[in-house]
Amino acid sequence: MAKDIREDISWAQINSDVLKSLESPRPMYWVIIAIALAMFSLFVGGEIYQYRNGMWVSGQNNPHVWGLYIATFIFWIGMSHSGTLLSAILHLMHADWRKPIYRFAEAMTTFSLMTAGLFVMVHLGRLWQFYYSVPYPNERGLWPNFQSPLLWDAMAIFTYLSSSVIFLFIGMIPDLAICRDHLHPGWRKKLYTVLALGWEGTDRQWRNFRVTYLTVACYLIPLAVSVHSIVASDFAMSQQPGWHVTSFPPYFVAGALYSGCAAIITLFIILRYVFRFEEYMTLPILKKTARLTFAIAMVWTYLNAIEFASVWYSHDQASKDVLIQKATGPYAFAWWGMIICGSVVPLALAFKKVQTNIPMLFSVSLLLNMGMWLERWMIVSPTFSHGYYPWTWDHDQFPSFLQWGMVFGSFGWFTLLFMIFCKVFPSISMYEVKEMVYHRSLASKMGGKGGH
Amino acid sequence: MSVSNLLANWSQFRQAHPTEGDFHKEYKWAMAIDLDACTGCNACSVACYAENNIPVVGKDRYARGHAMHWMRVERYWDEDNRDMPDQGAQFLPMMCQQCEAAPCETVCPAGATNHTPDGLNSQIYNRCVGSRYCSANCPFKVRYFNWWDFPKEENVFADPLPLQLNPDVTVRTKGVMEKCTFCVQRLTVAKHNARNEGRLVQEGEVQTACQQSCPTNAISFGNMVDPESRVGKQWKAQQVDLAADKQVKDAGDESHEVGEHHSGTQLRGYRIFEELRAYPSVMYLERVRESAV
Ligand code: SF4
Ligand code: SF4
Repeated sequence: MAKDIREDISWAQINSDVLKSLESPRPMYWVIIAIALAMFSLFVGGEIYQYRNGMWVSGQNNPHVWGLYIATFIFWIGMSHSGTLLSAILHLMHADWRKPIYRFAEAMTTFSLMTAGLFVMVHLGRLWQFYYSVPYPNERGLWPNFQSPLLWDAMAIFTYLSSSVIFLFIGMIPDLAICRDHLHPGWRKKLYTVLALGWEGTDRQWRNFRVTYLTVACYLIPLAVSVHSIVASDFAMSQQPGWHVTSFPPYFVAGALYSGCAAIITLFIILRYVFRFEEYMTLPILKKTARLTFAIAMVWTYLNAIEFASVWYSHDQASKDVLIQKATGPYAFAWWGMIICGSVVPLALAFKKVQTNIPMLFSVSLLLNMGMWLERWMIVSPTFSHGYYPWTWDHDQFPSFLQWGMVFGSFGWFTLLFMIFCKVFPSISMYEVKEMVYHRSLASKMGGKGGH
Repeated sequence: MSVSNLLANWSQFRQAHPTEGDFHKEYKWAMAIDLDACTGCNACSVACYAENNIPVVGKDRYARGHAMHWMRVERYWDEDNRDMPDQGAQFLPMMCQQCEAAPCETVCPAGATNHTPDGLNSQIYNRCVGSRYCSANCPFKVRYFNWWDFPKEENVFADPLPLQLNPDVTVRTKGVMEKCTFCVQRLTVAKHNARNEGRLVQEGEVQTACQQSCPTNAISFGNMVDPESRVGKQWKAQQVDLAADKQVKDAGDESHEVGEHHSGTQLRGYRIFEELRAYPSVMYLERVRESAV
């Protein structure tokens, strides 16, 4: 099997390769930034329009009080999970192949959470009063409703967001010091100097660093699981047909890891090209990521089947009707799209040829992401179109252009943040790649198989 | 309730009526609607619009699903492909059921919808952030969201309609949720008057707008705690218990499916979606006539 990384790559080479990404990406970078900016302006424009006119412009109605905003919110929350998977879980499992790619996955966590946050805001009827739903001390002694899953949601997301920013930052400190030492004076040097917190690479600093990093990693894992379980509670804790499903929390977590892994493949391929990271983001690593994605896709498929089966055999007619509606009603195209993109397309990842074929992987990863987005839509909308109360069944509602535009625009916001991050901060962890190269060359010198 | 007590009485905790203690000491507002008397005339709906300053949205917005009818009169047919009332329509006036264990209350993140000691499901417009979770979780879908800035929409309260707005009721702005309140503004006035005279509100002293306008007297409303109240007598006669999740009418019916009950008794009183354990405060009386009007 090909090696994850060249073992004779010199440390100075690693530094200069990664630092180069901060200076001169391919022209494609600027194209991406421009497109992302345009998409985000669409989002901003849409929000201004909606803010001024009221929620009717989004095309939602009674009974369809939730729509694409909530579906896309879940999608972005889900996307954030793979960063934690790669950086924290695989860190604890000593899977060292994650080292060159975990930094961008973590950045993805942070930025997709920030994108998800946008949708909460955009969804609210009275955005300007959003702080009513967060616990803040006030002279009237008014608190939010601690029974509401939506409140748990807000707290879980804030916690997860702040913790993942801290985790991302801590993991970056040694690299920030490298940047500080290598860059020409300017605003960036000042920024790195502040952020590197006086890192000098002494023994004591390394020891403290390792302990801190590990502690935060251990802290982050239960958080990641709880965040998406709580998002699942928004649905599972309600009593609507199609939502009131006990298996929702694990199902949501699996779906989150799944879409996150698919997104990692997409971004892997883009970064590899745009920042000339071919040496580090190698095909064998891509292959491992593809296999991981395949495994999670199968878990998700299994949980999906469980959900359908438990609804089907529950003899709860209302839930059953919703399921039948999904498969045969007006949403059938999206529902079957979800099954095909989410459960059939990933089968391609089982083939070695696909696992290392970049164009193929790229398109597969996009399809998987689409499937996972459809999944979220299919959780939210069909329940509204065919709830308990027959008089309010409404099978014709379709999201308006504005909702679609906002969903589209949010990808611009995410890409913008992500791309700016990758140009300002090292998106490959230099010190960990050095460790990886060092350990592997040591192992092969001693005749071992290399790696853990 | 201590934890051990909670665990020991878990099933009772889950099934028991959730509001005891200080609740319902003096008042428990409730309703009974006789579907046999209802002719589907929509007077209740109109009265509710007038009493509660509800925006009249017009045909287009109605078609979009933006109607605000707190009280809506639903039509059902025994057979498919019917759409005229004289083809055997059945009517059901539907408004907020003022559930005792309201699914809408627990999910509101801001705590904008709450239970009052006299058994109402209150909605605090000022506190609502518009997450619409309450509507998502209401089984009856009787909550209406202000999708538009209705008070500012020219057709909604066109001149001279603003002159007839009820000064006791606010006009809601865009982005908040609203629903039937059991005409809480009338209840409050009646309670204050009674308290000033050192007594409780008497039967007949307060009416909801829908009840007042119903030509066939199909709607009765009152204080169930008061043994003299018509509504309390009706509930008792039908052996409908506020705190039960299965009524005598459906005894012996083993069906657990939502809305699928078949009575073996002569009783007519039932509550909608009893199985969901929302414990509504509105009792309906089954129709006894044949379908044709
Ligand atoms: S009928 Fe709906 S809105 Fe009214 S109290 Fe029950 S759940 Fe809430
Ligand atoms: S009780 Fe009052 S608010 Fe409720 S439906 Fe009747 S008129 Fe409307």
